[in-house]
Amino acid sequence: MAKRIDVSGLTAYYGSHKAIDDISMTVEPRSVTAFIGPSGCGKSTFLRTLNRMHEVTPGGRVEGKVLLDDEDLYGAGVDPVSVRREVGMVFQRPNPFPTMSIFDNVAAGLRLNGNYRKSELNDIVEKSLRGANLWNEVKDRLNKPGSGLSGGQQQRLCIARAIAVEPDVLLMDEPCSALDPISTLAIEDLIGELKERFTIVIVTHNMQQAARVSDRTAFFNLAAVGQPGKLVEIDDTERIFSNPSVQATEDYISGRFG
Amino acid sequence: MSHAAIADKRPGSLRGARLPQWGPYAIAAGSVAAGLGISAGAGLHSSIQWALIAAVLYVLGTYGIAARVEGRRQAKDRVATSFVWVAFLLAVIPLASLVWATVKRGVKVLDGYFLTHSMGVVADSEPGGGIYHAILGSLEQVGLATLIGAPIGVLTAIYLVEYGRGRLAKAVTFFVDVMTGIPSIVAGLFILSIMLMLKMQPFGFAGSLALAILMMPVVVRSTEEMLKLVPNELREASLALGVPKWRTILKVVLPTSIGGITTGVMLAIARIAGETAPVLLLVFGNPFINSNPFEGAQASLPLYIYQQYSQSAGSTYAYDRAWAASLTLIAFVMILNLLARGIARWKAPKTGR
Repeated sequence: MAKRIDVSGLTAYYGSHKAIDDISMTVEPRSVTAFIGPSGCGKSTFLRTLNRMHEVTPGGRVEGKVLLDDEDLYGAGVDPVSVRREVGMVFQRPNPFPTMSIFDNVAAGLRLNGNYRKSELNDIVEKSLRGANLWNEVKDRLNKPGSGLSGGQQQRLCIARAIAVEPDVLLMDEPCSALDPISTLAIEDLIGELKERFTIVIVTHNMQQAARVSDRTAFFNLAAVGQPGKLVEIDDTERIFSNPSVQATEDYISGRFG
Repeated sequence: MSHAAIADKRPGSLRGARLPQWGPYAIAAGSVAAGLGISAGAGLHSSIQWALIAAVLYVLGTYGIAARVEGRRQAKDRVATSFVWVAFLLAVIPLASLVWATVKRGVKVLDGYFLTHSMGVVADSEPGGGIYHAILGSLEQVGLATLIGAPIGVLTAIYLVEYGRGRLAKAVTFFVDVMTGIPSIVAGLFILSIMLMLKMQPFGFAGSLALAILMMPVVVRSTEEMLKLVPNELREASLALGVPKWRTILKVVLPTSIGGITTGVMLAIARIAGETAPVLLLVFGNPFINSNPFEGAQASLPLYIYQQYSQSAGSTYAYDRAWAASLTLIAFVMILNLLARGIARWKAPKTGR
């Protein structure tokens, strides 16, 4: 459970376009790391390289190393499918499977992978829904379609679906940007609970959110439109928001540009 | 107050003059009456002529009257509406009259006996006989064609949408487009040339092969569109759970789009069920019941209609039988469409709470 991520010299491309350039960082286990930065700076692209979802995009390719507890995700013979079982992901817009019920949505990861015991399934679904703070709201309608839930509930359903396969790392790509403040608060509380068990990386445009939920914060920036995004600095969240070591970070956080 | 000097052209009130609710109907009734009057006066006999005159008068009259009462912008709006109505009628009248004519002439001999007996020893000029052999032949040929065409078509579409990159995908797309345009008689000739090479006699399955060729591109096209409608986010959600791509396609993409795919396949079946040319070449036609599609000539509904009409030598019995068979064919296609709609509704992603 909860593994460390070591990234060194990571460069990602879309076809011939370089999206992020030479990024190195360490993500500690059982902590929340937030990525902030202006739109198009490569935060999401970098996040997607951490579970090899980047290469799902046509033309997407990666150079460099991503070590998950000493094992290189991009090493020879590594199956991206097994990488994604260890590194789960929650997306910007809630995307429950429309053909499946709430129960089936949570069970989807296990069922589609085929490695579960029938007797365990009910327990795992309940545990995951409780873990996502959704159990009390949906326990009476587990057989109803997941798309009938509200946006905030759907996003928590997606989190339950992601943690049901017990990944080591949970990546979240702006999980609250489509939600209202109350649902956002519910998800932020949930992130606080989940970091006891998982390594969490979250991309956010909301600086207060980064300050509230994360232990460490990474600031990304790009020199100009069309240039690749770069990591400016990564440090303890408190330091980034009070006394960052790079001027650009302070400018961005205080709203002077970007 | 400089802008007070500019004359305000707007009317004082937000309300303008409006045509009464019955206005459009009155204009329509008036133009029909005028159309009838003009054609009676000019001694025109065709009903197409007075209807066209009425349609033109309706559009022009709507514009003239609405422009006078309501102003030009509203008049343009009303003209657009009247064009839509005229176009709707132009499309519906042939369809309704076709169904009407088929039903009127078809019900004469359409009964249980007709549906359960073959032509057998009944001569074309005599009464009696039925279409059981043709229904059987149609079902077998179309069924076999679907068994071949639908899976290949769906799999091709899955390849094009989910895997296809680069030249091969482009070539496949191009050839699917070309195949869409193949005349049915050419598909028939293609299979016929193979049959002649192998020195085979006409049989039902040969027709199925030609029908499958005609069906495939239709299935590919419609399935492709349906698969493209599945949001990429669902694929990514599944992949991010560590589900392999093939299972994602099988368990997430296909179930999401199955309603649309079924509708597409059903429509393709409806299209090939009415094909006559390849069946004429390859299955030949047979007045007797032949339930084996792999040996011997068979009948089929469109072929039966054609043969009853062409070989009837003016016999009204044969004409009646042809119309009754046409009605059966239309009913068959309509039932297929209803089935497709039912399946699409049943399988559509649910949004209930």
